[in-house]
Formats: sequence, C-alpha cells, structure tokens
Amino acid sequence: MTAMEFLMLTKGPLFQAALAVFALGVLVRLVEIFALGRAHNYAAPRGSAVAGGLRTMYKRFEPNPGTFKAAPFDVVVGMVWHIGFIIALLLFIPHVELIKSTFGIAWPALPNPVVDAVTAITLLGLIAALVHRLAQPVKRFLSTPEDYLIWGVTFLVMLTGWLAYHRMINPYPLALGIHILAAEIFLVVLPFTKLSHIFTAFVARYYNGAIFGRKGVQS
Amino acid sequence: MTEAVLTPGADLPERGTEQSAGSFSLARGLNALREEMDAPVASFFSSCVHCGLCATACPFYVETGDPKYTPIHKLEPMRILWEQEFTFWGKLKSTLREKLPLEKWGLDKLGLDKLVGGKQVTDAMLAEWEPLLYDSCTMCGRCSMVCPVGNDIHYMIRKAREGQVASGHSPEGLIAASVRAVNTGSPMGLKWKTLDVQIKHVEQSTGLEVPIDKQGADYLVLLSSMEIINFPEYLEALTKIFAHAGVSWTLSQQCFEATNAGIQIGSKDIAATLVQRVVDAAEALGVKNVISPECGHAYTAIRWEGPNAIKRAYPFKVFHIIEVLEQLRAEGRIKTEGKEDDRLSMHDPCNLARKSGVIQQQRNLMDLVADEFVDLKEHGKMQWCCGAGGGVSSNERAEELKLAAFKKKKAQIEEVEPDRMVTMCATCRTQLEEGLEEYTMDIPVVGLTELIADHLVESDDERVTSKE
Repeated sequence: MTAMEFLMLTKGPLFQAALAVFALGVLVRLVEIFALGRAHNYAAPRGSAVAGGLRTMYKRFEPNPGTFKAAPFDVVVGMVWHIGFIIALLLFIPHVELIKSTFGIAWPALPNPVVDAVTAITLLGLIAALVHRLAQPVKRFLSTPEDYLIWGVTFLVMLTGWLAYHRMINPYPLALGIHILAAEIFLVVLPFTKLSHIFTAFVARYYNGAIFGRKGVQS
Repeated sequence: MTEAVLTPGADLPERGTEQSAGSFSLARGLNALREEMDAPVASFFSSCVHCGLCATACPFYVETGDPKYTPIHKLEPMRILWEQEFTFWGKLKSTLREKLPLEKWGLDKLGLDKLVGGKQVTDAMLAEWEPLLYDSCTMCGRCSMVCPVGNDIHYMIRKAREGQVASGHSPEGLIAASVRAVNTGSPMGLKWKTLDVQIKHVEQSTGLEVPIDKQGADYLVLLSSMEIINFPEYLEALTKIFAHAGVSWTLSQQCFEATNAGIQIGSKDIAATLVQRVVDAAEALGVKNVISPECGHAYTAIRWEGPNAIKRAYPFKVFHIIEVLEQLRAEGRIKTEGKEDDRLSMHDPCNLARKSGVIQQQRNLMDLVADEFVDLKEHGKMQWCCGAGGGVSSNERAEELKLAAFKKKKAQIEEVEPDRMVTMCATCRTQLEEGLEEYTMDIPVVGLTELIADHLVESDDERVTSKE
C-alpha cells in the first residue's frame, strides 16, 4: 500500500466506520443511562430542580476556590489541556473545513500559528497530567489500565496532528493518514471508555444540580 | 444509655447469632444494589475520570492522607456491578472474559483481563468496603460539590449502604441503634417516661406548660434522643420561645423521636417504618407542620427522604427548628434584648446547609443575638463536616477516624479564633465539644435555639411567673 492509498483508506471507509461506531456507541451509552430512569420524588421541593441542573452544567467549568487551593496543579493543567484540545479540534482550519463538508456547518477558525502553539501547550499539559497521575498518590491509587489507555489515545491524536502539521513524518500523506487513524481510534474507543465523559459529564452535572437544586442549594 | 434490645422484628443482621438461612447474603446485597441503580448513578459512573479531586473535599482523606478514603473509591463494588450488568460494553466484556482463554494467551499479565471486566463483587469485597462506606464517610456531600464532571457521590454512598445492609456488612453500632429504634422508638432505647421526667423539669423551671398530645396544634415538635440525653436545655429553650411568640405546638406520646437510623445504616424498610411513625403521630393529632429538632440527619430524613421512603407526599409541612425561628423572627414575633458580646462563630451542619439549603436563616438569627459574629472561612454549602454524622458517631469502630476527621474543623476554628462556637445539631455539637476537649481548646459550644431563648424580652406575665 502506498502512502496515498493509506490516506485514502483512513479518509474513506475507516472514517465512515469510526463515525458509525462512535455515533452508535454514544447513543447506546446515553440510552443506557436514561433508560434506568428515576424514582418519583414525593418530597416537597424548596427550589427548582431544572434550573439547578442547568446551572450546574455550566457551573462545574469553574473550579470552586477551595478545590483550586487544595489542588492548583490539577485545576490548571486539567483546564489548560482540555481547552487546548477543544481549540485544536474545533478551531483548526482543516478541521473546520472537515466539519463543514461533513455536517454543512462552519465557523471562523484560528490562524495556524496560534493552533500550533495551543497544540504544543496541550501536549505538554497532557505529559504533565500523565506524570501527575503516576506520581500523585490518590491519582495513582485510583488509576486503572483504562485511564492510561485513554490518555494514550488522546495524546496520540494531538501528537500525530502536530507532527503532520510540522511535516515531521514523510511523506505527508502518510503523516496525515496516521493522524486521521489516531482520530478514528479516539472515536472508536470513546463510547466504550471514560472518554464518554465528554458527553455524560453534562448528564451527571445536570442530575447533580437537579438533586441539590430541588433542596434549594446551587451545587 | 439503655442496653441494646436485640429482639426479633427488625430486619437486620445480628452479629454472633445464627441467621435464618439466606436472610443476609451476597445475593441479597447485590439485588439491593441493583435496585438502587438509576439514571443519575449511571451518568455518574460513566463520567468519573479518576481525577481524585473528590479526595481534596473529604475530611477523612485530607486528615489521614490515605488514598483509600477517596470518596469515589468507596463506591467501587457498586461501580463494578453497574459496569458488568448495566452497560452494553460491560456485558460484552464479561462474555468475552468467559469465552476467551486470556490466561492461556498470557494476556492477563498485560492487565488486559482488567480491561475486560476482571473483578467480581464478592462477599469478601463488600466486607472490605464496610469500613470505607460507614467509618470514613458521613455522607456530608462535600465531594458532590467539587467533582468536575458533576458526580453526586454522597447520593451514591447512601445507595451503596443498602447493599451493605442486605449483604450483612454494616457496623454493629448502627445495627444496634437501628434495632433499638425499631423496637423502642429511639436509637438510644429511650422511653417516653425519660422524656416525661424532663418535661416535668422544664415545666417546673419555666413555669410554662409543655403541651402533650394537643389535637390540632400548629406544630408537632420532634426531638432526638441524643438531645434529650445530652442537651435538655433545648426543650426548655423551645418551650420559652414558643410561649413568647404565641406558637401553638405539641409533643406526641405516640412518637417523639425525629432521627432515622434506617437512613443512616441504609435500610429503606427500616427508614419507612420509622418515618411512618412520625406521619401517623402527625396525622393522629391533625397538625399542619412538623418540626425537626437541632439535628441534621433527622431533618434530611423527614424532610427529603421520608416521603420517598413511604412513597407518598405528606399532608403536613416539615421544618427544621431554625427555619421556624427565622420565620418567627421575620414576622416580628421574637423580641430580644441584649447581645452576646464575645466572639462567636458557627458550624453549619452538613444536613442543614449543604444538603437542605438552610444557610441564611441561622445567620439572620445570629445577627439578632450576637454582637461579634464571624463566619468560618468555608461555610454554608461549602462548610466542612464535623466528622461525626451519617452514622459515624453511632459506630464505635470509627472512633479514631471520627477524631481524625475533626482536625479539619479544628483547623477552620483556629483560623477565626472564636470564643465560642454555635451550632444547631446535637451530633455536631457533641463532636465539637469532644473534639475541642481532645485538643484542649477552651471553646464552649452552644445551640442556637438556646442562645435565642437567653435573649427573649420577658413579657409582664412571664416576669411574674418566673419569679414565683
């Protein structure tokens, strides 16, 4: 197989397959959650569950001051690489074009040098997060092979993208093909691992906020 | 305190006695856990990325530094069961594990067996998790406030305890308290006649009537056994305030206990039995409102869990005493004179503040009677637990951990250097008193209701009566 054939494979059938597994997998995941339902709550509410739920969906983007004081490294590194990942995913020119050609919607992208810098920072952030996971007693204690697997899958997408952009793998079609393949692995792995928190965290936040909101507490 | 009355009737395991065959087993425990799985639980387990930030919110982890006290880790058995039985991927992994000879291929050494659902929830596992779920968790809910993905961890701990009870892995102290509560009406085995003696005493010292079984009163007042034993001044304070404000209230001989051991240990059946007694007493007297005493868990038990335990809405409203006092204050029915002039700080009971949204009320009341009130730095919904709630104080085995967890509260108190602490929960108050004494800190602890009662403007009638 030539580099170009490999690229065509990753851009064509593999991409379609990965998208299908991803979409179906996420759907199954969400259906599994909602299908469990909730018991009727007979207690008279003090506040609005819905308003509390919606507010907490947003509120948990802001770390509370106590958590920041107790774990500044976690908060800063976690936010930096999450934001970096989202910027690279959604605001890189070729990605915006891919989204436009796939879904027909588009938005302005950031200049390439900016995304390049963001990606470098994100890669460093991910390395810092891994070192922290291995070194910090609670994180190391909690970590399972899956935690390292999803770190690897995430890191690979960013790394291969960055290498391709800088033409560090030759020929270019091979570099791009490898990056697309890494993205496809990410998409396929997502529904079956904790990467699904990308979607389910908003469901979790809603329920958390709703449970507390009903009792008149903004969580 | 009375001896445990371990007679049949309570649906709980009794240590050292022969169980009727199969009454508490792994199978029952797993079934209880399965019943507790709902959409929130599934969304929480789906979302945890093992960041460990919940540990920073937990006094048991913070003060011991032991990673096993990380809140989300306390739910590992429940998580395993959820993954294996409530997710497509988990079911697939279990099947793969059964069908594929991973050991033969040497893949188990790579940790791949773990990726395909290696762990099983065993009886030994539930036994191992018993101290994690009971001794090192007060269900204070602070972890639920900090989790970045939004997991309400304390909501799941409450559920996980159902599995512990059904499998026969709950602490002896809590079992004894639950059995006593079911059999005698009080987790401490306290009888009405003990309370009656106290009522007589209150009536003598105040010259006021303590209404008993008064039909159609506005408020049914409940008490906690711990309060009756440790803080008799509460009933006296309440009697004075209600007479002062002209509140129509009553105690009920049928049911005076507000606490609910079933909710602490994690038994829906016992919880429902105990809540039903309150409802029956309230309905028998035809009261419009029920007042939970200065006790945090009693309030959440009756206010939030109670209606769900008996699966119907109440025909009356439930208030914590602090809510009632604040309402009276706002209506101008509490007239006070003079203020405390020493430096006072306040401990918010988790159950009242974070878990029930009663936060501003106690501060308004403090302003009424305190000149120099200073809040602890993290207070209200982000307050730190005293370390004794959620059944920890009824569990002798947890004594050491309970005192360790208190160190966080101690540090908070040291930061603002108050002369006295004020709180509104008998369990918190006992823990604060014991903890401060342990660390030889001379800071008395006082209940807010008493503090208000101390400053009531005496009406002319009252002046005459109290002189008699």
